[in-house]
Amino acid sequence: MALKGNLRTFSIVQLLNLIHLARKSGLLRIQGPKGQQAELYFQQGKLAYASLSHRPNNLLDILYQAKRLSGTQYRALKQRAAQYSDRELGLMLVNAGYFTPIEILNTLKAAYRDVVRTLFTWREGEFIFDSHAPPPKGKIFVRMGLENLIIEGSRHLREWERLEEEIPSLKVAMKFVDQPRTNLQNLNLSPEEWRVLSYVNPHNSLEKIARALKLSDMEIRRIVYGLLQAGLVELVRPENEPLPEIKLAFSDRPKEERLSLLNKIIDRIRRL
Amino acid sequence: MQTVKIVVTGPFNAGKTQFIRTVSEIDVVSTERKLTADTERQVKESTTVAMDFGRITIDENLVLYLFGTPGQRRFDFMWEILSEGMLGFIVMVDSTRPETFHEARSILEAFKSFAPTPYVVAANKQDLEDAWDVEDLRIALRLGPNVKVVPCIATDKESVKRVLLELLYSIIEYLDEMESTEQQQSRR
Ligand SMILES: Nc1nc2c(ncn2[C@@H]2O[C@H](COP(=O)(O)OP(=O)(O)OP(=O)(O)O)[C@@H](O)[C@H]2O)c(=O)[nH]1
Ligand SMILES: [Mg+2]
Repeated sequence: MALKGNLRTFSIVQLLNLIHLARKSGLLRIQGPKGQQAELYFQQGKLAYASLSHRPNNLLDILYQAKRLSGTQYRALKQRAAQYSDRELGLMLVNAGYFTPIEILNTLKAAYRDVVRTLFTWREGEFIFDSHAPPPKGKIFVRMGLENLIIEGSRHLREWERLEEEIPSLKVAMKFVDQPRTNLQNLNLSPEEWRVLSYVNPHNSLEKIARALKLSDMEIRRIVYGLLQAGLVELVRPENEPLPEIKLAFSDRPKEERLSLLNKIIDRIRRL
Repeated sequence: MQTVKIVVTGPFNAGKTQFIRTVSEIDVVSTERKLTADTERQVKESTTVAMDFGRITIDENLVLYLFGTPGQRRFDFMWEILSEGMLGFIVMVDSTRPETFHEARSILEAFKSFAPTPYVVAANKQDLEDAWDVEDLRIALRLGPNVKVVPCIATDKESVKRVLLELLYSIIEYLDEMESTEQQQSRR
């Protein structure tokens, strides 16, 4: 089914979060500013490929821009390799001893990461995620976990309103999610983020953590936002805070009576 | 005569009025008004300004009311009053409009904060091509694995019935859970 929207209201960080947590495969196309277009391919929730329409995205150019090839090498290869796909060229370069496969993959990873970093600066853009689209042809795929990109993207979030919308109250607490899809060991967190993480506990409201670590409202929100999006923690009601009870229907009745009333309603609705 | 109510809430244009209209045995008493703000009028002509009000008679002694909240946040002050005495609530989301997901989440959080009761999320407008999948919505709305997200087409009676039933089942499960925690506590 379609996954469409606009970055203005569903950010790239949220999209990456969705793809990461749902372990999605498919092609994400974003129509960016000034007619620019981005194309990202994911496999099981990991980034496999990324390109921007206004930047060269073939292997040769990427290697040259990353200064892995000299100008002479670049020009010579360009003539010879014009008709090769990235995969074919990659294989050729490895076989000819120019590079190891790891070197090529690492260079590509850095380039794809740059593409995603550019997307963090896009404030709007129509996107569509197609889980049935074929993988981009002839390209070399990497396997890049999204958690670090998500954390990094959250650091870019500077709009107070957005953060306040995401985390309206600092009276809530955090707990670690039961089955995290993210491995803490692979995470590049800042010292500040680690410190917040060490306070994660249903007893500690965000307010309390911010006070303890001398973080501003904005800073604590931004850090928590990153941890949330990376799928590490969830927000919960602080454990020591009582529920503000409003009276619910039948709450003064014994359980048997409540059940019988509920069953009556269920029967009636089934017959509607 | 006893009455109970279920509250139907959610962002602007999610389909709350439609949902209630589909199952109510009386014409929905709706307090709709033509929209004036240009941006909102691009989406629809009229909106609910106070609340929708539908009814299902259960038997001679019991009536279920369905209350729909207004979709615009400037009517927030009514929520708490509406929730008093409810069985549970339904958060409707227009599955085709991710720009409203933030809002759906913040409405949900607000209701959760004063109403410790089960709820379900109705992923509405699943008949439209651009509708997001239920599982994608779950992540976008940051709902845990235990929250029921029910696909919904508010114009379809069977679909609306299913959402209501899922909520009622959740309420029964909730009662059972409460009972077992109470037993555990009294045993200590
Ligand atoms: N295709 C489709 N359209 C729907 C569905 N449910 C509601 N609609 C349409 O969506 C629009 C909004 O529905 P309403 O019931 O007025 O929404 P609301 O949540 O009451 O809106 P407000 O009171 O203004 O917040 C109307 O044009 C409905 O006909 C659905 O399941 N499928
Ligand atoms: Mg309405």
